[in-house]
Amino acid sequence: MNSINNYSIYGVNGPVIKVRGGRSLPMMSLVYVGEDRLPGEVVSAKGNETIVQVYEDSTGLKKGQPVYPTGKPMSVLLGPGMVTTTYDGIARPLRKIADMAGSFITKGINLPALDMEKLWDVTVSVKDGDKALPGMIFARCRESETVEHRSMVPPQLKGVFTDVVPSGKYKVTDVIANIVDERGKKTPVMLSQVWPIRRARPTAKRLPITRPLVTGQRVIDTLFPVGKGGCAAIPGPFGAGKTVVQHQLAKWSDADIIVYLGCGERGNEMTQVLDEFAELKDPRTGRPLMERTILIANTSNMPVAAREASIYTGMTIAEYYRDMGYHVALMADSTSRWAEALREISGRLEEMPAEESFPAYLPSRLAGFYERAGYMQTLAGDEGSVTVIGAVSPQGGDFSEPVTQNTKRFIRTFWALDRSLAYARHFPSLNWNTSYSEYFNDLKPWYEENFGRGFTKMRQQMVDILGSESSLMEIVKLIGSDVLPDDQKLIIETAKVFRQGYLQQNAFHKTDTYMPPEQQMDMLEAILYLYTEAQKLTAKSIPLSQLLATGIFSALCRMKFEMGEGKTGAEFIKMIDDAVSAVLAGNE
Amino acid sequence: MRLEYTGLSEMQGSLVALDGVSDVSFDELAEITLGNGERRFGRVITIDGDKVILQVFEGTDGIDMENVNTRFTGKPISMPLSKEILGRIFNGAGKPLDGLREVFPDERRNINGSAINPVCRRYPRSCIMTGISAIDATSTLIRGQKLPIFSGAGMSHNELAAQIVRQAHMMSDDEEFAIVFCAMGVKNDTAEFFKKDFQESGALGRVVMFLNMASDPIIERILAPRCALTAAEYLAFRHGYHVLVVLTDMTSYCEALREFSSSKGEIPSRKGFPSYMYSDLASIYERAGLIEGQKGSVTQVPILTMPNDDISHPIPDLTGYITEGQIVLSRDLEQKGIYPPVAILPSLSRLMKDGTGEGNTREDHGDLSNQLFASYSAVADARSLASVIGEDELSELDKQYVRFGERFEREFICQGDRENRSIEQTLDLGWKLLGTLPRNELGRVSDKLLDKYYKPAEAEIME
Repeated sequence: MNSINNYSIYGVNGPVIKVRGGRSLPMMSLVYVGEDRLPGEVVSAKGNETIVQVYEDSTGLKKGQPVYPTGKPMSVLLGPGMVTTTYDGIARPLRKIADMAGSFITKGINLPALDMEKLWDVTVSVKDGDKALPGMIFARCRESETVEHRSMVPPQLKGVFTDVVPSGKYKVTDVIANIVDERGKKTPVMLSQVWPIRRARPTAKRLPITRPLVTGQRVIDTLFPVGKGGCAAIPGPFGAGKTVVQHQLAKWSDADIIVYLGCGERGNEMTQVLDEFAELKDPRTGRPLMERTILIANTSNMPVAAREASIYTGMTIAEYYRDMGYHVALMADSTSRWAEALREISGRLEEMPAEESFPAYLPSRLAGFYERAGYMQTLAGDEGSVTVIGAVSPQGGDFSEPVTQNTKRFIRTFWALDRSLAYARHFPSLNWNTSYSEYFNDLKPWYEENFGRGFTKMRQQMVDILGSESSLMEIVKLIGSDVLPDDQKLIIETAKVFRQGYLQQNAFHKTDTYMPPEQQMDMLEAILYLYTEAQKLTAKSIPLSQLLATGIFSALCRMKFEMGEGKTGAEFIKMIDDAVSAVLAGNE
Repeated sequence: MRLEYTGLSEMQGSLVALDGVSDVSFDELAEITLGNGERRFGRVITIDGDKVILQVFEGTDGIDMENVNTRFTGKPISMPLSKEILGRIFNGAGKPLDGLREVFPDERRNINGSAINPVCRRYPRSCIMTGISAIDATSTLIRGQKLPIFSGAGMSHNELAAQIVRQAHMMSDDEEFAIVFCAMGVKNDTAEFFKKDFQESGALGRVVMFLNMASDPIIERILAPRCALTAAEYLAFRHGYHVLVVLTDMTSYCEALREFSSSKGEIPSRKGFPSYMYSDLASIYERAGLIEGQKGSVTQVPILTMPNDDISHPIPDLTGYITEGQIVLSRDLEQKGIYPPVAILPSLSRLMKDGTGEGNTREDHGDLSNQLFASYSAVADARSLASVIGEDELSELDKQYVRFGERFEREFICQGDRENRSIEQTLDLGWKLLGTLPRNELGRVSDKLLDKYYKPAEAEIME
């Protein structure tokens, strides 16, 4: 297109490039800049000058070098082979870049997201004359042991299938069939399709959120669940364990596909994910976790403009798998780095800054991102979801900063990580007084059915005990715990069991790293049973110290480890009964 | 033959602008010759049509608009490298300061480096022993890690860094290692202190020094860590050295960055620092690591002084978000006369869990370290209670904690600046101190390890 126009570089300021030579570069369209053909996006235009942000280091660009328009928006090629792959922020496969350029990233390597040569064993499920509808699945192939890739009719296309090939081995760009629309226009469909990253993929409708993302993390599953299709944020200062929580969720949550987005974070963390996920087995399928994972890595020293794009790349990939009928969890670590990239580019564009010099459009961009999550009915009529879990790295650990505050408006589960808990090595360092989940009420029926009858009540009891403890601790800090009456001491001791035995969970322990719902329920039951029995004793004026001396409280603190080794909830109930009878016997 | 341009069109701070320039590339190095024959160097930071803005490393003092010639070199700033750099001293821009000739290059590298492809990184798993209990036991340094020291003005961070450099060794090896020392905006005394220390320990032949003093131009300060890391990467990934990079003081570096940013008229972010400070710091810190299939490694120990001891100040804050943990020094401990004044609770080594324990150090390392953290954090609670109700009124258990805390600080954290403790000594000392607490208080250690290592202290200390 635009053969009359001759675009070239006019000015360079970091990743912001001024382009002259014509007035027909569409907003947000992809262009290639300079002799190395660095990819970039049109971000604004004024008069005869167009501003482009490039996704790579602009060192070496000169005035007068050519700029190549594509006329198309920034897009990603979607198709089989994405699972297990590590991409950069604009969906270029990093392993292949390493094969071509070595251990250090060099610029100007423009590779497609998919392996164009690989042959896939494809089962075609349509025949000539079948009606083709948007989103309809027409071919399947195995992408990994656990993931079946379902190729869909692109959302805007409908008509009748013709020239359908038989099942067999095909490349991602081989034409599987043609679709003839009502005007007789033929469009080929392939295993792969292209989608612009900044546009949400369409669905039939949004469904209510009724099921949680089960994570095997006690504090999350029991107290602050996130629904499948919901949004959660993890804010916390450095060292509070955001990344460990994200890794735990990526490892153990019951999603079909994990898109893990390392956005402006540490290079070694991505290596860790790569190493660990290749070894760890998914508890439900017994296959390596990597087989359901897609990694997107824009580490903190990789180009900042690509960081801005990376969350949209991740979201588009997540939506694509959702459309196949999968439940996808997207972990974004960290959205603050994305917001800072936005700020950095905004600063270079000399836009008017708002709060903390973030651009004024920060809230609308955040909303646009989080609103792409949801539990959906797909165009093909299946159900699929994208759950978004975004880490937030507030400056100085201060939650009043703009990214945390604006994120709070668009998410419904808030996992507040706390520096003082982290200093005491209480992990995950979720502060139970400041975290919240708005999904819990929607999920109640699911919990009553799957965790067990009475779960809601027990959870409330636990919350009450923890709440009373924190007000009692105010007194204890002033006068010590010795002066408290026994019923209040009991609250403190029970809350201690909850804190140490239940809420703390060791991500690096062999069995404690993941606890299935049944066991969580057993633990909850046992701890509350001890509390009720102990209350009965204190009502009889038997000193609490006698029950403490039996060691039953510390036994329950270690219950989580022993359950991992096969001990059952019933055995613990019996231990409690024994301890209580022993105390009673001593008082007769 | 490249064109030479005479005269300038604008000057401000360390920036100069030239009009009517063509064929210049972004980030290119330029050579500026003054009327008196003096040569300075500059870098292209903006191209706007025919106008080019240059950042002059040595500053613009004494430059006038007319009598100046600018020649563009056509290349970004690169550093000449060869094994000869070991034992040499350079300025922030990589020019020799020791009166010797320029390095005869075996290779030239762009000082900005490039990012290590995340799929090519090797996860760091082998620990470096520093012989300092407060670091080895609870915030172990791992080869390939970036572990900064957060200090404050007047605290003994330099002594600590020098001790780490002196004593750092692997559990078992005799591989080649080198030290790259980069001083940014430090006082002459500090640079002398390190130089003398390297000399005394006989390490000077293995050290490459980059010195940018407090009075040197700020632009060189911005280049200094980049030159240092380029040298480090060269030694590590070309010659297989294990390189320990000490960067001090990152606070001066960040302030130079702020000064430079405001002279360019950029929109300031928190406390006037530029909004790209995170990316900028990351481009330094992320140059630590190990690479698949390569023998060498780059380990970084950056030192920064927290303005007003405030850990939430943007400099320590952004650093902490990028580095893999931090060693925080405490003024309270310093005032108690405890060296090294490492504040145990806020200090952390993120990579420690994979580099310690059985096969690396000792089976009990992980649990013991967690227990020391947990017990020492209970000390803080007991102390704050004591400050309200008085120590006499404390329960027996709280008294035990207060005594444990006292001994932990005096015997475990505190050690001589020439004292090199083996990891066994450090761990055994930890167990000895935990022996003063009742066994059922040690919930972080498994029963098996308690049976093996826990010995209750004799009653004599109870008096």
